[in-house]
Parts: sequence; C-alpha cells; structure tokens
Amino acid sequence: MDVRLQMSMVFHLDKCIGCHTCSIACKNVWTDREGTEYMWWNNVETKPGTGYPTLWENQDKYRGGWEKGNGKLKLKATSKVKGLLNIFHQPHLPTIDDYYEPFSYRYKDLFDSPEGADQPTARPISMITGRPMDIEAGPNWDDDLGGSPVYAANDPNFKDITEEEKQQLFELERLVFFYIPRICNHCLNPACVASCPSGALYKRGEDGIVLVNQQVCRGWRYCISACPYKKVYYNWKTGKSEKCILCFPRLETGQAPACFHSCVGRIRYLGCLFYDADRLVESLQADDLDLVEAQRGIILDPFDEQVIAGARLNGMEDNVIRAAQNSPVYKYVKLWKLALPLHSEFRTFPMLFYVPPMLPIMGALKGQTYETADEEFFTAVEKARVPIKYLASIFSAGNEGKVLESLKKQFVVRQYKRSESVNDLDPEQVRRMLDEAGCTPEEAEEIYRLTSLPSETERYVFPPSHREQAIEMLQPDTWGAKGMAGFGFREKPVRGE
Amino acid sequence: MHDTLLFIYYPYVAFILAVVISFMRYVGRGFSYSSLSSQFLENRNLFYGSVPWHYGIIAVLTGHLVVFFIPGSLLEFNRVPWRLYALELTGLTLALFALVGLLNLIVRRLGNARIRAVTSPMDLILLALLLLQVGLGVETAIFYRWGSSWYAVSAVPYLRSLVLLHPDITQVAVWPLTIKLHVIGAFTLVAIFPFTRLVHLLVLPLHYLWRPYQKVVWNWDRRRSQKA
Ligand code: SF4
Ligand code: SF4
Repeated sequence: MDVRLQMSMVFHLDKCIGCHTCSIACKNVWTDREGTEYMWWNNVETKPGTGYPTLWENQDKYRGGWEKGNGKLKLKATSKVKGLLNIFHQPHLPTIDDYYEPFSYRYKDLFDSPEGADQPTARPISMITGRPMDIEAGPNWDDDLGGSPVYAANDPNFKDITEEEKQQLFELERLVFFYIPRICNHCLNPACVASCPSGALYKRGEDGIVLVNQQVCRGWRYCISACPYKKVYYNWKTGKSEKCILCFPRLETGQAPACFHSCVGRIRYLGCLFYDADRLVESLQADDLDLVEAQRGIILDPFDEQVIAGARLNGMEDNVIRAAQNSPVYKYVKLWKLALPLHSEFRTFPMLFYVPPMLPIMGALKGQTYETADEEFFTAVEKARVPIKYLASIFSAGNEGKVLESLKKQFVVRQYKRSESVNDLDPEQVRRMLDEAGCTPEEAEEIYRLTSLPSETERYVFPPSHREQAIEMLQPDTWGAKGMAGFGFREKPVRGE
Repeated sequence: MHDTLLFIYYPYVAFILAVVISFMRYVGRGFSYSSLSSQFLENRNLFYGSVPWHYGIIAVLTGHLVVFFIPGSLLEFNRVPWRLYALELTGLTLALFALVGLLNLIVRRLGNARIRAVTSPMDLILLALLLLQVGLGVETAIFYRWGSSWYAVSAVPYLRSLVLLHPDITQVAVWPLTIKLHVIGAFTLVAIFPFTRLVHLLVLPLHYLWRPYQKVVWNWDRRRSQKA
C-alpha cells in the first residue's frame, strides 16, 4: 500500500445557480493577461449543450484521454513515437476558433465620434489582431440554452439515443437545464502529464495538484490534445501551456481557491482523500461500467490504522491526517456515494466529483412544477429513461445504476426532512424509502447538514502551510532556510524571439 | 584576404556565438525556449508549411551531415551512374519539399493577421535567410553537377579542416559564387541561431521515449520520512 494524498473536490450541481462568479474570480486572479484572454480555467457550461471548447466531450473529434489497449492503457491520440513524428503539426489540436476569438470594444468611439444622425457604437475588436471583428462566439455563447436549439441538440451525450427517445429529449430541453462548472480535475492518471514530451507537466506528490512548469514547457502542445476535459490551454502569446493550479499559493496559506471562495451557491467542497497508488494501474483497467466503483475502490479509509501508518510513511503530518478524516469529499464520494466523477470513461480518474442534479428528473416527470412529495418517485424515476441515461453518460460512463443510487438518496433525504418539518408524510413510508435507498436517518441528517447548512470550514477542509513543512523537511537546518522566503529571482514570462 | 575573413574567422565567430549565447539564454532566459507554435491560431495552412518544411530540411541536413563523416563511401556509391542520379534526384526532391514548405510558411506568416500578431522582427529575418539559404541550395543542386560528389570532394575537406582547427581554404578559392554564398549563409544561420526561435532545436524532447508516462514531484523528502 502506497498511501498518497489528493486534494479533491465535490461540486453539488443541484445548488449551482449558473452565476459564473467562480469564473470571474478565477479570471481576475490568473488569466487577465495577453495570451490568456480566451482561457477560462474555471468555466460554467449549460447542459444540455456543447460546452467549452465546443464539443469537448466528443473524443472522436479531439481524441483526448486514454483507451484500453491489449492489457495496457494507451493515450487515445498518440503513442510516444507517433507523437514525436507529429511534433510539427498536431492532427487533433483544438484551435482558437473552437473556444472563441477574444474581443473587446472600441469604447473610445463612443466619446470621440463626430456628431451625426446615429448613435455612435463601440465596435468589437479582436484582442489578438487588434482589428475590428464580427463576434461569432464567446464564453457561454449557449448559456441557459440561449441562442439556438442547435447547441443542446448537438450535446455529445445524446449520441446513442433512439428516435422515440428524441421526443422525450425535446421535452427535457424545453423544461430544464442545469450547469456544470468545470475546473481541472487534477486527475490521478493525468493524460496531460503523460503526453508532455518535455516533462513540463507533473503531479505534486504532497497534494496531487497537477501543474505545468513554465520554464520547462516548450510549446509542443501535446497536453492540450491529450486532456480529455480540455483543461490545459495554450497561451498563444508566450508559446507555453497553462492550466488551473488549484490556487496552490492560496491553499498553502490555508485559503480556499478563488473559485471556491467566491462560489455564490456554496456548491463547492474541498478536502483531502487518501488513495492507494499501488492499485491505481490495475483499477484503471476496469470495464466502463465498473469504472466509478473502481475509482472509489482505491480511495482509502482515513480512520484505518494501516492507512494512517502508510500516510505517515509518506511524510504526512497529523494535521494532514486529521484533515483527511474530516474530509467532506470523502463523505460525498466514498461514504454516501452521492458524488460521481465526470466522464470516467476517459480513464484519467478525475478527482473532481459531481453530485448529479435532481432537476432534470423532476422536470421530465412533473412538467413545470417540481413536486417532490411523490410516493412513486422511485419507480417513476426509472421510467424517465432519457434523463437517467443522459446523466449516466456524463457522470458514470453509462452506468445508470450509479446515477440512480445518488438521485434516490438525495430524494430520500428531502423526504426525510420533509416528514420532520412539514409532517405530511407517513413515517412508515419514509422509513421504507430510506431502506430502499440504503440510507439511515442519521446519515440522512448528516447529508442534509453538509448539503444545506455547511459553514466555510466544513466545506473546505485542508491543512494549510505544507510549504513550510516542505522547507523543514528538505532543510534539516531551518535556520538556514530563514532567508529563503519569497520567490527569489524570477524571469518575466515574455515571449521568445 | 576576404576569404580568410569569411571562411576562417567568420565560422569560428559564428560557432562560438551560437554556443555561448545559447547557453547564456538558456540559463538567464530559459523561459524563452519554446517552439513558439502558432498552430493554435491557424491550423490548416500550417500543415502544408510546417510538415514539408521540417521533414524536407531534416532529411537534407542529415544528408549533409552523413557525407561529412563518410565522404569516401559517398564517392564510392556515386561511381555507378544510376545510383548517382537517384541520389541527386532524391536530394533535390527533398530540398524542393523544404522550399515549398518554407514558402507556404512565409505566405502564412505575412498573410494571416492572427499570425502577424505573433511575429517578431527576428522571425522575418530568419525566414528571409532560410529562404535564401534553401534557394541557393536548390540552385546548386540543379546547376552544379554533381553536387553530392562535389560536396564530398571539395567542401567536406574544408569543413573538416575547420572542425580539426587547421583551417585550410585552398579549395574555397575555386568555388563559384553560389556555393560561397551557400556556405556563408550556413555560417550566418549558425551565428543568429541563439537570437531566434531556432533554439527550439536544442530542446527537442527525445528523452520522452525513455521516460515513464507519469511524473510525480515531491517537495517533501519522502525517503527521510520513511526512515524516521
Ligand atoms: S483534467 Fe486534464 S489537465 Fe487536469 S489533470 Fe486531468 S488530464 Fe490533466
Ligand atoms: S459561483 Fe458557484 S453557483 Fe455560481 S456558477 Fe460558479 S459554481 Fe455555480
């Protein structure tokens, strides 16, 4: 057993209001520079929809992630040799038009234009060329199913759908949509790291954060193609790749990442998970339908004596172990089985988990009113084939059982609390439903508390200051490290000539 | 006199410049070492430029290099006429391949507004020099028969004398202008190498072939904690 720590996340989608505050917080801190205007390390997309970059889930187009070869995983797009042969032109690289051409407006024209019969307008100008342009796409172009039915209809998750189901789908589109906020998943088997020929990308041993070393990156752009979530971005100005850093400078000082901190819906949870790195390779080989459980399988119980001993062996201090024991992520993912990874069929083992939203199911069942007191909910839920199938395609590599399990439990928690506060349900019936969903009253209470009333310190549980520990560990003589604070000499990230 | 300057001092200056400045740039401004790929901004035309250019020029340069090491064997090979023709034809085709790729790259760089936004003056100088150099090479291949044998007999001894630090320019005096220019062009490219995007050659990531896929970096000293 090789106990590793992974900083992991849960996003509770039923709480996301699609306000994009997270995206803005991130942009203001990290990507408000030339070359990064188009990057949204955190983006929020409407589902059903084609997402950002357009159709990123369609790996026939982008060929990201891994696939199961004979007994071994291989990168879908490339092999080592083939990769190097393609170094002069990457066949599956997304281009700026798959995102959007960043733009601003010539606001000055509003003040400077001569008097005339018409109102002056501020023309859009490209932030790449500086020339006037026609805006054809932008971030969240299809927000809230806006603009055109084209976006929803082309959602890659509808690929295996029959004619009859299409009818239902139309209902779904008409009735409901939900949001998926996405950041880098800081995967356990990151395709981006594996594909980088320069070795610029790496996973931090202490917390599993995946980073690009800007000094080592040479702009070969394999990572952009290989990440199936399209969460590495090419800075067209500096000629280097950049990605979400999980705000590690904030984490190290005990602050939640900017997108977490600013989240209006408080949908985000951050916590430590222990996992067994020795069993990683084997569990990545599971069949598609078993992938969710395979991933949960290598997550270790932080109360287990052996696990704790293993954690100590890898240098983890008491506060790290305590944080893992209080991890909200551990509860949502492993204990309660409410949260699911995004597209596990890409086989990177993403460590950002989503609690699937109830809304599409309710919407499909009940029309415009999202009535939650239906006794026959369980049977009805299974009749709503399309939404389940659709959610399963996103959150459980097609395994509908996993989505159902989560939805049922979420539903039962509501019923349980309703019977407590409104008192209009037969307690016997509530108990039956709890049983059927594999939930106890205590667990339901805990889920309710952590979902609806968590304080900031319950949502973000991680040990601060591991950088200080690192210095102490690397440098037995801490006195010698005294002068090493700060960043020291750094090079300006200017483009080469 | 000119010949001494251009064919004895210049190559050494160029070479020293290339080594010293590349090293200094790597140490002091390592961030600027990048392929500076612009595929992200323009994809289609890059394919028709970058691919023929790179494969063409790599093959041609490899040819130059191989003959530098084994001029005798080449002359032996060229003794049979059809082999000579085949070799010359292959060389010319590859050079034309590179030339077409280069022309496409130039048109793309000048014609596309997005690409112009990421074009430095050095890029333009480099493209012009490369065009000149490849052009002269093609001219040599077409008009001076037979380039490959001639290179082995006349240029390789000179180049070798440079490498062995006993510069001998007796051969140089009889070279036609085209060939002199081609050689000087080559030295010039070496000289400006460290000031251009050509430095991406130095960071070609061949070590990828041997390294395991995943890379984990620890700040903690794990072995220390495992012993404790
Ligand atoms: S989401 Fe993409 S960029 Fe992030 S770790 Fe996974 S493969 Fe790498
Ligand atoms: S800030 Fe929170 S609620 Fe708002 S879009 Fe982002 S994740 Fe959703």
